[in-house]
Amino acid sequence: MLELKGITQIFGGVTALKDVSFCINQGEITGVIGPNGAGKTTLFNIVTGIYSQTSGQVLFEGKDISRMPAEQLAKRGMVRTFQNIELFGKMTVLENVMVGLHSRSKSGLFACSFKTPWAVKEERRIRDEAHEWLRFVGIDELAEVEAGNLPFGRGRMLEIARAMACKPRMILMDEPAAGLNSQETLGLAELIKKIRDMGITVVLVEHDMELVMDICDRIVVLNLGQKLAEGTPREIQDNPEVIAAYLGDDE
Amino acid sequence: MKRELIKYAVFSACVLSAPFVFSGSYLMNVLVFVGIHTMLAVALNLLLGYAGQISLGHAAFFGLGAYGSGILTATYSWNPWLAMVVVALTVGCLAYAIGFPILKLKGHYLAMATLGLGIIIFIVFNEWVEVTSGPSGFSGIPNLQLGALVFDNDFKNYYLVWTFALGCVLLSVNLANSRIGRAFRAIHDAETAARVMGVNARLLKVQVFSLSALICAIAGSLYAHVMTFIAPPSFGFNISVELLTMVVIGGLGSIYGSFLGALLLTLLPEFLRFMHDYDIVFYGGLLMLMTIFMPGGLVRGIPDLFRKLSGVKKGISHA
Repeated sequence: MLELKGITQIFGGVTALKDVSFCINQGEITGVIGPNGAGKTTLFNIVTGIYSQTSGQVLFEGKDISRMPAEQLAKRGMVRTFQNIELFGKMTVLENVMVGLHSRSKSGLFACSFKTPWAVKEERRIRDEAHEWLRFVGIDELAEVEAGNLPFGRGRMLEIARAMACKPRMILMDEPAAGLNSQETLGLAELIKKIRDMGITVVLVEHDMELVMDICDRIVVLNLGQKLAEGTPREIQDNPEVIAAYLGDDE
Repeated sequence: MKRELIKYAVFSACVLSAPFVFSGSYLMNVLVFVGIHTMLAVALNLLLGYAGQISLGHAAFFGLGAYGSGILTATYSWNPWLAMVVVALTVGCLAYAIGFPILKLKGHYLAMATLGLGIIIFIVFNEWVEVTSGPSGFSGIPNLQLGALVFDNDFKNYYLVWTFALGCVLLSVNLANSRIGRAFRAIHDAETAARVMGVNARLLKVQVFSLSALICAIAGSLYAHVMTFIAPPSFGFNISVELLTMVVIGGLGSIYGSFLGALLLTLLPEFLRFMHDYDIVFYGGLLMLMTIFMPGGLVRGIPDLFRKLSGVKKGISHA
């Protein structure tokens, strides 16, 4: 579904990623792991159109999306969440999710100003659907709260609801468990599985090994900007190179 | 939705009945300017308060509207209504074209670029003497006319200007509460996240810049026909700053706040006349106090103040 071919990213003189290639299969949960500074977030930013890579290609459903701006990817069915949740802080929880429906609605400047019947109808659909996604992640009772006032864990749920409102075929989550307590992490794991069972491909960058080993179908390990290994959780756990990268060599 | 409708109905009822409560030609004249300033402040608020993009050159679009209408009607004897539409669309297109390069900039850089734009256009008004009559001003602009009705006194002009201003407020409120308005605010709060959600930030910024300029141009045309005489100082840098002050004092991201800001900043100088040259001190002091104690602007600050006052009272009764 998503294919990375020889991605290299150089910032100034620093090589953040070096010739990284792998595939992500449809309908699976894939974890991208690696020690700090391995280039995971950089890779995410390249895939989702926020950075543009020095060289290499990103193919999404067979199409080259390498130089495509972020806003077009949402329309093509790819959406992401952020490591330090990026909510629209001064808008209500409901409005945040309503923005998620932006790419699936059409009324323009003119129709909205003059409140054409078509725009009014669309607005109602957006509102109803946004409530549905809030119920999906279980925070509908917070709909009218200003998003900036949410506790971190709820903010994370809101970010997922907002991303799901785009009706993506693939969702990329950058450290979704960061800052969550163990109870919230359990809830998150259930939610991610639920999203996969809806047929949506999930890609995670994550530090919480328990979560990764528990829910991922496949894992890709990065280290120092290069791909170290890929395979099932069991294979990765037994891979000596991965163990060395995480725990250091015995020499 | 319904609440917005009631708010708007009350607002327009107040505006439309004002001439029967406040009489006197002088006050009517001031209230005509409140109407024009409301349009300008609402236009700038859409750009600054909603989409979060600053402009320090908005008086230029106001001026382009005024000079465009003035020149086309007085020099070339166009029909004023036709001139107004043509000028508004032209200014809108011009802003659209300028918007693409300029709105790539952010924060201070955008402020500088729009400042430069305002200054360039101001210099054109001043120096292109053959067309604009330069610093001595451009006169002989006809009043607007609708059939046999000529808008030639303050009472008639009040209704003329406020018809436009009310229309502008209604459309802006609608826009602000729509998917486009939400997208503007999303860009304001977190542009990257908005783009990831499929919001075409670049295009929307240019669109709101262009719309904002178009509204300013219409306000400019009305100003020209109401005054029949225009001169460059009405469209200079300090006017841009004054507009910015109206928006901030009224409340960023509130359409009715822009009206409050326009009302306060248009009336205040009139009440401060007795202080002669010292009014600027008062004015500056007020601005400082407002930004410190009411950073949300009048529209949020006044209800907060009431809440606090009633809270204090309750506190006393408990004790």
